[in-house]
Formats: sequence, structure tokens, C-alpha cells
Amino acid sequence: MEASEIKEKESKEEKEESQPRKIVVPGEVLVSGQAYLPGEGTRREGKDIVASKFGLLQIEDRLAKIIPLSGVYMPRRGNTVIGKITDVTFNGWIIDINAPYGAFLPASECSGFVSKRDISSYYNLGDMLIAKILEVKSKGVDLTMRDKGLHRVEEGLIITINSNKVPRVIGKMGSMVNLLKDSTGCNIVVGQNGVIWIRGNDIEHELLAERTIKMIAENSFVEGLTDKVKEFLEKHKIKAK
Amino acid sequence: MTYKKRLDGREIDEPRKIECKVGIVPRADGSAMFRFGDTIAIAAVYGPKELHPKHLENPEGGLLRCYYNMLSFSVSDRIRPGPSRRSSEISLITKESLAPVLQLEGFPNKVVDVHIEILQANAGTRCAGINAASMALAHAGIPMTDLVAAVSVGKIGDAVVVDLTKEEEDYEENGKKAATDIPVAFLLRSGKLSLLQADGKIPPEDMKKAIEMAQKACIKIGEEQKKALKALK
Amino acid sequence: MEITTITKKRIIEYASQGKRFDDRDLLEYRPISIKFGVSNMAEGSTEVSIGQTKVIAGVKLAVAEPYADSEEEGNLMVTVELSPLSSENFQTGPPDVFAIEMARIIDRGIRESGIVDFKKLCIKKGELVWAVMVDIYPINDDGNLIDAAALAAVAALSSAVFPVLEGDKVSFGEFTTKHLPLTKDVPITLTFYKLENSILLDPTTREEESSDTRVSIAISEKEGKEKEPIINAMQKGGCKNAKNSPLTPEEMSIIIDVAVKEQRKIRKILEDALEEKKQVN
Repeated sequence: MEASEIKEKESKEEKEESQPRKIVVPGEVLVSGQAYLPGEGTRREGKDIVASKFGLLQIEDRLAKIIPLSGVYMPRRGNTVIGKITDVTFNGWIIDINAPYGAFLPASECSGFVSKRDISSYYNLGDMLIAKILEVKSKGVDLTMRDKGLHRVEEGLIITINSNKVPRVIGKMGSMVNLLKDSTGCNIVVGQNGVIWIRGNDIEHELLAERTIKMIAENSFVEGLTDKVKEFLEKHKIKAK
Repeated sequence: MTYKKRLDGREIDEPRKIECKVGIVPRADGSAMFRFGDTIAIAAVYGPKELHPKHLENPEGGLLRCYYNMLSFSVSDRIRPGPSRRSSEISLITKESLAPVLQLEGFPNKVVDVHIEILQANAGTRCAGINAASMALAHAGIPMTDLVAAVSVGKIGDAVVVDLTKEEEDYEENGKKAATDIPVAFLLRSGKLSLLQADGKIPPEDMKKAIEMAQKACIKIGEEQKKALKALK
Repeated sequence: MEITTITKKRIIEYASQGKRFDDRDLLEYRPISIKFGVSNMAEGSTEVSIGQTKVIAGVKLAVAEPYADSEEEGNLMVTVELSPLSSENFQTGPPDVFAIEMARIIDRGIRESGIVDFKKLCIKKGELVWAVMVDIYPINDDGNLIDAAALAAVAALSSAVFPVLEGDKVSFGEFTTKHLPLTKDVPITLTFYKLENSILLDPTTREEESSDTRVSIAISEKEGKEKEPIINAMQKGGCKNAKNSPLTPEEMSIIIDVAVKEQRKIRKILEDALEEKKQVN
């Protein structure tokens, strides 16, 4: 991209963040006219594009779509998720990914060698895993641990937010989560399923990260959120002991 | 005898004061309160979620379950806690009034549970429940083509009125029942009916008039529901 | 998602340092609010919030024949309906054993305190007495339902009035201004939760899910200058994760001592709320 294009994109993104978005309700007419296309969460009825979900209206390049504010996590292939092992079978583990979908991690999808005779010695009931979605099938989701950054979580805090708020917590190109990491000194992994792992040098810093994340989730479509987050972090900065 | 001036002074097409609020049960996936005058209903939605027992699963789409319940002290003569034939039927018609707008094909084998509690009752409870449930379902992010609004209309004496109170439901002339209660629900955008019940005598032309008046009232109710949803921070 | 072992570890670790995630002290309650008259068909009704936990209680009166063994006394029944509206953990159907346990814990606290003067509920000896029914419904469960429910029940009783009685029939929907015959023995229920080696009051959902056992104590204060506290009822019970670990007598002693001290704070909140209600009326 050319320098001028980059600048234009950046200022457009800045503007986007500061534009108050409109909340729409199911059945509400979003835009009228054939020039527009119905995106996610919308449908066309005659000349109108109508909302099929409660959320924020986004119109970009003639595409009208709804950004959901609520609702369960819909698993997608390639998503990084954090889940809890709820059962151990003869060839893998059943994982709760905080969604109305069963998830299964086959032993064959682990990065190390797993003895078929003693699966639970590798991962056991109650363990928390950072995994990736391999495939989404009608009966459930298949996970893998064979990729960079996927591992069992040993210590820290696990918190959950609505999965629809995850993009705000991560930010454009990870800008928001990096701000959080730098300010709190914590390692933070945000699962697309709304489950988040925080690991810091002490509980106080982990709690600061948790509070800030909750604050972002509650104000996900407020204008100038990045500045508000910076203010919040400054205000609650932990004094050196 | 004409029933011109209503017992509480309202116009014949005027619903009682409406109050709605979204998000009153933080633990639920979606929740709302809806109030017509003295009648207060709250609704909470949990789902889509796994359905147990498994044999109830529908591979073609998610299931909707509705539970309507009145608090024991919501009426003057205490109701023994627990389901009754009346609450079972109202749970069913509530479900039937909401199902047409829900798009649950994307959730095979899952269930969406809607729980309605009536905190205070002065007639119109099933309609208040449907109104609360409609907002709660939207709040929960369930794919919905439309909002649903409900109101009870009725014939009292020879007047057709909107949003009956208990006193109006019990209205008698010459010692005989002279009121017919007609709960109606409309899909707001399409203008179609998803609920109609009536219990009493009413001439066919008056029934048509009642439906017309109900639709107008439901549009007003829909505006309040929309406002409450949009007020969410 | 229920609490994970790693978060639980943090909660317990922090508690052992006397600290909690929301910056409260171990014995500190979240903000408590008590609203009266939330259901106008009830003879008395309240909505109690402790943090985000919300419970509604209502009192209904009816006339009935007295029980054979208490011909000059009215009667009391406390019911808890754990409505699935308030939590995904509650099921539809008849009250399960936890709803029954909660109702009976609260009932014992009220009954054994003597706050209800059952003799004054007698209308005609051997024939007609007042039956008092307290029904409790959680609206949102964010931990510590027992204390919120108990407080709502006592507040509802304290604000309840008699309905109009015509002969031997109640005119439901018509109320007098006469309050129920209550004594000054007001029971306050505190439920202590044990997290490994720490003891705390008023847990949030996560703290409840990290607990090993709980002990509820209902305490009233005898009248007089000293305001001597007296225990009315106690119950040791299990936690959401099905744990119910044993306690040492020393731990029980500590719980009793702390209960005696802390109940005054909750008592004051209730007294202030009732006083405010009197002013308004």
C-alpha cells in the first residue's frame, strides 16, 4: 500500500472507532434501495434491507450487516479457543468450549507422543487448553493442539466474556490486547470463544487485566474506547510495593 | 347499556402505562421486564444450549421451550406454587406466539429456554409475558425476523376496548358475565397475528374491530420494546 | 463455564492473604438494598439485592383451622422456589432438595427466634387462625442466595399487614394498616463459606464454586441494654460443587464468634430500611 493510502486507511479506521453505531432490533428497516446488499444478520424484503438480529448496524461499501452484541459463540474453523477438559475417552478428550457445541480433541492431534494406554497422564480432567478448531461438523467441533502457541494452561486466571466482544478486546492488529499486556505486564491469550487466559507476575496485575477486559466488554461500542482504556489503566495502576 | 367511560378513566383504545427494561437478570443470556399498569412480567432466556434428555433433540433445528409461571403472591388469593393447567396452556400459546419469528435452523439439536414469571397480576399477564419474552429473546442475540407484541382486547358491555384490567374482565351486567377477553399477538413488521384467544360472546363484526384495535395498540407496544432494547448500554 | 481449577487456585490463594477479587474484606457484604411493596397483591413483599444477587419475597395471609396440637396458635410456612429464571443451574419442576433445605433453614431461623407471636394470630380458639405463608423467589443468582432470601423473608414479614377479615372470610385485595404481631426478636441469617483455610461471608458465584462447605447461623438479639445475641438456628451444608468438607470445633467456634459480631451490621441495614419505610408512609 502507498503511504497516502495507508494514512487514509488509518484515519478511516480512527473515524470508524469514534463513530457512534446505531443499535437495531429484529424487523427494523436498515436501508432501502437496490444499491445495498444484505450482509450477516440481515435479509432483503422487497426494496428494504431488514435486521434479523439485535445488534449494531454497520454499513461498509454498500454491505449492510449486523455486529452482534450478544448471543452464543458460533465455532469457526481456524479459531483459537480456550476450553476445559470435561471427559477423557479411549482416544482423546471432550472439551467444554463455553458454547452449545461439543468439542473433541483426538489424541492424534497432540504435539507430543500420547500413550494410548494412559491418555489421562497427558491431559486430564479439569485441565485448561489453548487449542485450535480443526473442523466444525454438525455433531460438534474437532480441535487440535498441533500449532504454535497452543498448550495447556498451568496457572493464572480464566475469565469469560461474551464472544462478540472479543474483536474489541483484541483490537485492530492486536493493538488493544498488546496495550493491556504492556500496561499490566501480563501474558494474555484471548480465545475467540470469549474465554480468556491471564497470567501475570502477581494476582494484582492479573486482576487489573481482568477489570480492564471487563470494562472493554461493557463499553465495546463506546467512542474513543482506546483513550478510555488508557485512562482506566493509568487510574488503576498498581503502585510498586 | 354502554360502557363508555372506562373504570379507570382510560380511552377505549388506550393501553395502560407501559414500562419496559432490558437486562434485568444479568446471569441469563437475555432478559427483560414488561409492565402494563399493575401487571408486571419478567422473562429470562437461556440458550441456545445443549438439550437434555437427548431424545428430545431435533436435528432439523433448535427447540424452543417456554415456561410461564405466576408468583404465588402475584394475585390476591395465593396461588399454590407449581404448574397448573392454566400455566401449562399459557406456556404453550406463548411458545406458539414467538416461534414464527425465531430462526433456529442454525442450531440443530439445541434448545432455547424462555422463563416468564409474573410478579404482579392485574389481567393481561400472558400478553405482558410475551412482550417481555420477545425483548429477552432479542437481547439474547437469537436470530429473529421480527419482534412480537401482544395485548388483550375485549368486549365489555357493548364497547370494544384495549388492555383490560381484572375489574373489566370480571365486568357483569344484570348478574351475568358481560366481558370477553381476547389476547392477541402481532409480528410487528409483517403485521401478521401469531396469537389469538377469546373466551366469551362477541359478535363477528366486533371481533374484527377488536383485532384492528389490537394491531394499533401492538404498534405502540412495539415502539416501547424497541426503545428499551436501544437504550441498552 | 463453571470456575476452573486455575482460577479457583487464585481465589483461594488471595483469600489466604485476606483479600478478594472485588477488593472486599473477607467478612464484608456487597451493597445491600431492600425495597418494599414490590408486589401489590401480597400482604407484604420485598426485593432484596446483595450485589447482583436479587431475591423477591412475598407474604400472603389466609384463615384456616389451627393444627390439632396448637389450637390457639396461627401457623407459618416458608417456601423457596428456585426458579430457572434466575440461574441455568436450576431446573423446572417441584422444589429440589436444595430449595427445600433453603426454605427450612430460613423457616427455622424465623420460627425459633420467636419473632412471630403465634398466639396473637389466633382468631377463634380451636376454630380459626391466621396462616402466614412466605414465598421466596430468586430473580438473579450471583452467590449467597441463602442470606438474601432470609433477609427478604424477614423484611417482608416486618412490613406485612393483615388483609380485611369479614366474619370468617378474608376480603382478598383489601388491606388493613395493622401489622403482623411481631416481637423484637428479629433473626438475621449469615452464611459462612470455607475456602480451604479461609472463612468468608457473602461469596460471589465464583467464590461459592470454590468453597468446601457452608454454615448458616440465624441470630437474634435479646432485648435490654446489653442486646445479648442468641443463636436461633444453625445449619452446616454443602456447596455447589457437591463438596461438604468437615470442620473442626475450633473453626466452628470462630464462625460463631464472627457471626455474633457481624450480624449487627446486617441488622442495622434492615432497621434503617424499615425506619425509612415508616417515614415514607
